[in-house]
Amino acid sequence: MDSIIEITNLEKSFGSVVAARDINLKVSAGQVIGIIGANGAGKTTFVNMVTGYLKPSSGEIRYQGRDITGLAPEELTRIGLTRSFQIAQVFPALNTRDNVLMAVGATDKFRGRTRFLEPLSTPERYAKTARILEEYDLGSHALQIAGELPQGLRKLLDIAMAVASEPSVILLDEPTSGVSVSAKFETMDKIIGALKANEITALFVEHDMDIVARYADRVLAFVDGTIIADGTPDHVFSDIRVRELIVGEVIERAKADREEDNA
Amino acid sequence: MMTSDRTIPTITIVAALALVLGFVLPEWVLFLSNVAIGKALVVLGLLLLWRCGVVPFGQALFFAGGGYGVGLLGHYYGITDIFILTIVAAAVGGGLSALAGFLLARYRGIFFTMLSMAFSMILYGVLVKTEALGSTDGIGLKRITVLGWQPEEQFELAMYIYAVLLGMICAVLMHVYLQSVPGRLSEPIRGNEVRVEYMGMSVQRLMHINLIIAGIFAGLGGAVTAFSVGHIDPEMAYWTTSGGFVFITILAGTGSVLAPFLGAVIFEVIRTLAFSYVPDYWQIILGGALLLSIFFLPGGLWSLIAMAKGGKKNGLNY
Amino acid sequence: MAIVIDGFVYASWIFVVALGLTLIFGVMKILNVAHGAFYSFGAYGAASLIGLYSQTGLPVAGEFVIILLSSAVIGLVLGYALERVLLRPMYGHDEVVLVLVSYAAFLMMEDVLRLIWGSDAYFAYQPFVAVGFVEIGELIVSNYDLMLVGFAITLGGAGWWLLNHSRFGHILTAVIHDREMATSFGVNVVKVFLITFILGAILGALGGAVTAPKVSVTPGMGVEVIVLAFAVVAIGGMGSITGAMIGALMVGLARAAAVHLLPEVELFAIYVVMAGVLVLRPEGLFTRVQARKI
Repeated sequence: MDSIIEITNLEKSFGSVVAARDINLKVSAGQVIGIIGANGAGKTTFVNMVTGYLKPSSGEIRYQGRDITGLAPEELTRIGLTRSFQIAQVFPALNTRDNVLMAVGATDKFRGRTRFLEPLSTPERYAKTARILEEYDLGSHALQIAGELPQGLRKLLDIAMAVASEPSVILLDEPTSGVSVSAKFETMDKIIGALKANEITALFVEHDMDIVARYADRVLAFVDGTIIADGTPDHVFSDIRVRELIVGEVIERAKADREEDNA
Repeated sequence: MMTSDRTIPTITIVAALALVLGFVLPEWVLFLSNVAIGKALVVLGLLLLWRCGVVPFGQALFFAGGGYGVGLLGHYYGITDIFILTIVAAAVGGGLSALAGFLLARYRGIFFTMLSMAFSMILYGVLVKTEALGSTDGIGLKRITVLGWQPEEQFELAMYIYAVLLGMICAVLMHVYLQSVPGRLSEPIRGNEVRVEYMGMSVQRLMHINLIIAGIFAGLGGAVTAFSVGHIDPEMAYWTTSGGFVFITILAGTGSVLAPFLGAVIFEVIRTLAFSYVPDYWQIILGGALLLSIFFLPGGLWSLIAMAKGGKKNGLNY
Repeated sequence: MAIVIDGFVYASWIFVVALGLTLIFGVMKILNVAHGAFYSFGAYGAASLIGLYSQTGLPVAGEFVIILLSSAVIGLVLGYALERVLLRPMYGHDEVVLVLVSYAAFLMMEDVLRLIWGSDAYFAYQPFVAVGFVEIGELIVSNYDLMLVGFAITLGGAGWWLLNHSRFGHILTAVIHDREMATSFGVNVVKVFLITFILGAILGALGGAVTAPKVSVTPGMGVEVIVLAFAVVAIGGMGSITGAMIGALMVGLARAAAVHLLPEVELFAIYVVMAGVLVLRPEGLFTRVQARKI
């Protein structure tokens, strides 16, 4: 199968500080990939480069065969590659529904589905919005002001807005940070479930190893700006270097959970 | 789930009423209204930019552009037809803002404000120093004609009808734009450009388009003013003129496309009355009104109306 | 040669005028439109006092003292009043709101000016005439203007020293760079703002006061000067004395060059420079580029 994303020799330096180096990666469509690593290891730099927020110092990123290195965020979104943020980037003054409505409207616009001076609020868009809200279980919060949502819901909204642009690939930056421990799994169930149902390839940065072990088909471990391990969760978590530099003991529990699921 | 939007019918009714009243109002009131509508058109454009989160202190550039465009065409080429001149004013306003927009669209905050001011002061300097453009004395306009007919006796009334109709059309157009996808997406620029970019919209392009729209409206405002006043001079491009437009924007609020008209009328009334009765105090009154507005009524006068109707205080009724 | 001298004189003048604005902009991030009012009040105050003084027959040197003292008093009073009553309540808000408040204040102060002094022009040429002229090559240059150049340099030097070598200067620098950080170090930012604003007001009034002997003092002075001062601030960056100096020099030389070589562009040459700098480097030429905080 052709890779949907192919990254070759990606590097990023800020002056003399090397934030990322030697990154090589091939992603197949439909995969769910977890990205782990200590703070400052280069995960966010990597995400920022792939999603157009930063220009790589060297290297190449290919998406569906096309060179997208250095393209601007709005261009990337238009071709189906988008992201969610560590700090949820919502429109705090609008309610939840309107936040998603805006995203739906923007998508309609760049996909050429709007007519000249047609209003944003159309029945079709409201319907689409309602569907997305349902998928992410935000329906009951539709009329709540986004700025007043608790952190976890705001992050869900952030992801919902990203998904509204009908992407093929999405990068999630710590989707469960700020979500209460008891709600993390529920949230990820929703997110990964919705993404898989829509056949969206997902890469997600996570600090919670339980989550990674549970949901990722594949794990990338970042240390010092580069990927030191790349494989199934089992494979990566049993890697000595990964254990020493990144992970704790928690994987055992998650491993057991997974086996239980697969049984 | 859609809220019923009665803005367009309201605009039509207000315009109709204004037209009817026009036949019984004295000429000085008509004149005042024309000047007010001229300003309101500029402020209509400012309303759009304000919602994007920028405060231009240089809309006078396009205002003067429109005014001088129509004035010079009349003066040098004898073109006095109101329809042609209207299109010219819009074109000049739009053209200038398209050019300026290449630079302005990249900036925000205080830099935007200062750059905008610098541009209009450049025009001011050019106008003052160029004899062919009338220099400090300005140029008197030839009387406007409507498809060949010259409204001699009822000139002010004719201009009034034109102004009200143009105002109505512009208000409706702006309202429709604000409801459209690009119009609605312009608002969040003010707090969250990153998100807007990641939704697939180029913020710079959107700002550029909005600047052009505001420029067109300002140019039209300049034409309306020039027609009524019958005179154009460099003061139209001075920073204090821009300041006046910003002033009205604050006074009126940005909650509705009708707000600029309300604000402009009140502004003109205060200014005229103050000037006639207490000429030594009129800036104190104006400044005081502005301060009261900023301190106690940040949504402008329109937010009072919105509150009376049960809307939100800041008038974000869109 | 004439261009250089003229340029320096004009630059010195606009530097003195714009210094206060630069200071306030740098520390408080407010583009204080009312600066124009400080300027005109300073000019009128000095002019009327000089006028009265010149009738007493006391030595001319006293008039220079008047220039300094009257500015201090006017700046203190106006600066304090404006900051406490109008600006302080609005500190939490957007910078633009504060600019608009200062604009409203400016409008009101212009009328107050007219109420106090009327619309007639005032003249306070005595100091200007008293110091006479000097010949440089083929040009006749006013000694007052040369004194102005010296004054500007002194002021610039004093400001630089204050900013870099005094305790207050260090506090100011901290607030300029990072207000929140300064607060966490125990700096009473509100008090710093008050002092800075008063200082800026005094400098603004001083700008007007030193101008009084050179021109006829008229009500529209403040309005014209504001944009020029803004241009200097925009070019020089925020809160940088060196920046203000260079900005003033650029403005002064540009204008002088225009006046002598291409008079048609005199008025807008300055704004072209301003626009040019804003476009090329919006932070002005002398602000250190701040590291991204994200």
